[in-house]
Amino acid sequence: MGFVSTKELLTIRNLRTSFRIKDTFYPAVDDVSLTLRKNEILAIVGESGCGKSTLATSIVGLHNSIHTKVEGEILYNNQNLANLTEVQFNKLRGNDIGFIFQDPLSALNPLMRIGEQIAEGLIYHTKLNKKQREARVLELLEQVGISNASRVANQFPHQLSGGMRQRVMIAIALSGKPAIIVADEPTTALDVTIQAQILDLLKSLQDEIQSGIILITHDLGVVAEIADRVAVMYAGEIIEEAPVIELFRNPKHPYTRSLLNSIPQTHSENEKLEIIQGMVPSLMKLPREGCRFSSRVPWLDESVHEKNPKLHEVGPGHLVRCTCWQHFYFEDKEGSVNG
Amino acid sequence: MWKTVIRRILIMIPQLFILSLLIFILAKQMPGDPFTGLITPETDPNRIEELRIKAGFYDPWYVQYYNWITNAAQGDFGQSYTHEKPVASIIGDRAEKTFALALFSVILVYLIAIPLGVIAGRYHDTFVDKTIVLYSFISFAIPAFVLYLIFVFVFGYRLMWFPTSGTVDVSLDPGTWEYYWNKFYHLLLPGISYAILGTTGIIQYLRTEIIDAKTMDYVKTARSKGIPMKKVYSRHIFRNSLLPIAAFLGFTITGLLGGSIFIESVFAYPGMGKLFIDSILSRDYSVITALVMLYGFLALLGSLLSDIILSIVDPRIRID
Repeated sequence: MGFVSTKELLTIRNLRTSFRIKDTFYPAVDDVSLTLRKNEILAIVGESGCGKSTLATSIVGLHNSIHTKVEGEILYNNQNLANLTEVQFNKLRGNDIGFIFQDPLSALNPLMRIGEQIAEGLIYHTKLNKKQREARVLELLEQVGISNASRVANQFPHQLSGGMRQRVMIAIALSGKPAIIVADEPTTALDVTIQAQILDLLKSLQDEIQSGIILITHDLGVVAEIADRVAVMYAGEIIEEAPVIELFRNPKHPYTRSLLNSIPQTHSENEKLEIIQGMVPSLMKLPREGCRFSSRVPWLDESVHEKNPKLHEVGPGHLVRCTCWQHFYFEDKEGSVNG
Repeated sequence: MWKTVIRRILIMIPQLFILSLLIFILAKQMPGDPFTGLITPETDPNRIEELRIKAGFYDPWYVQYYNWITNAAQGDFGQSYTHEKPVASIIGDRAEKTFALALFSVILVYLIAIPLGVIAGRYHDTFVDKTIVLYSFISFAIPAFVLYLIFVFVFGYRLMWFPTSGTVDVSLDPGTWEYYWNKFYHLLLPGISYAILGTTGIIQYLRTEIIDAKTMDYVKTARSKGIPMKKVYSRHIFRNSLLPIAAFLGFTITGLLGGSIFIESVFAYPGMGKLFIDSILSRDYSVITALVMLYGFLALLGSLLSDIILSIVDPRIRID
């Protein structure tokens, strides 16, 4: 873990991103507040549909502006990103903020050469001429660990392996020397061995360029490996937030604990894969009042939940939502969550 | 690149062989023989029999096929009975006119369809898009000959804006500017009529491609680079959506040649299509077989053209 500055790079306050379904807006990200510091890797964890990707696209303004409403504050450099216009956003995207996508095959234009795709952003953010841009492309490719850079720059995405493509995506994100990198499940579409390489790369690049990284993932293994701080999301809300070591040693919320329990363990005697009962409720059916996790712990009495669950500080930098976690017991790590 | 093209051309050889065999079998199945049309009450039946033997009518089918195909390969499709001229010279004259019409129509089709498709896709679900879609549905629903007849009647006979038959006025001297202008003038009405109906598929196809492309991840990547939306459209969305349309070109040309049969009949434009209908009506078998063979060959050529264009524009299907 590198040195994390105390300087706040990005401050998200009461962010609410809603999607329109038949003239009604349903919040997919509901009242989320977070901070990202310089040289920090902040992981946002949660299962599919919890709103973590929506949070990521809200930060860079990549959502569909007709069907999406973003409220609240996303403060960066004294600007509120939540109400920037497309033109204002274009000055930040690819320059101050880089974005890494989940599937590097579909995220690269199949008909454009790699070099052209990396150079594209440089046209709008730098005053480099064509020759200088080409040199910068080779430099970037080498920076992400591609050795035969000049060859790769002339190739098309389908000619590269998955890991190489993700390195190219990272090179695109790095091209503007960004202060913030948002990585939306950067390793999910890759083989396990390649995943480790990409994580190492992200980590070493971060040490080099000192940017803040928001890492969206559902993979706690990834989190343990490179994150500094973790926010666990459930149904559009943050339910627990803590420094990574604290979260793994001392998880409080039952959801976090069951997430940790569902990591398959090679040495475990228990053959059964731990799963969390139930599913994240769909956007339209989501309860908007009370503890959103209550439907997944039906055996707990209503009285253990707060009426309006808030984040409570239970340790230095360790926040947990609602009070229900105090009434929830795990037998032990190998035990199952629910019978 | 060249590998792909050469491989693709080699595939055409068996295709052409099967096509010629099918046409030959069909021609053999047709009633009568080449001499039926020449018989008059004074003809001596023995003389006909003699000619039949001389022409190889009683040879085994494979010998007949061999003779036909080797001659055809050298451009000799035999004699036309109604025109009493070599088939090749009749078709050659007409083919030029049909190609002129087809070329004009294809240019017109793309000139109309691409902007409309792009606009419909770019602003989909708006009033403009709905109007374009309505137009394409109407043009899809109208039978070709109905629209052609209405156009001939309204613009040709009533308003007299356009000539209603022929390819050029007979009074003009070949080679003068006026002559070529007049030829072009004769192309206008059939070309426009064809284009109005021929745009449907391309508009719909292009519109869907663009709407699809808009939601692609690489478009998000492009936006994440901070490129202005206009550039995202031109460099990523339009470019990627236009490629399949470019590849469609070969098939459009093939479709046009088939369509020439209708359009040339209605506009009395003496091209291959009209020749085809006339030959069927007068049972000019050697012309029919030659034309079917030619149309088949052009269809194969059209799909070859499509594949070549596709391999140029899409790096993923090249064989390296």
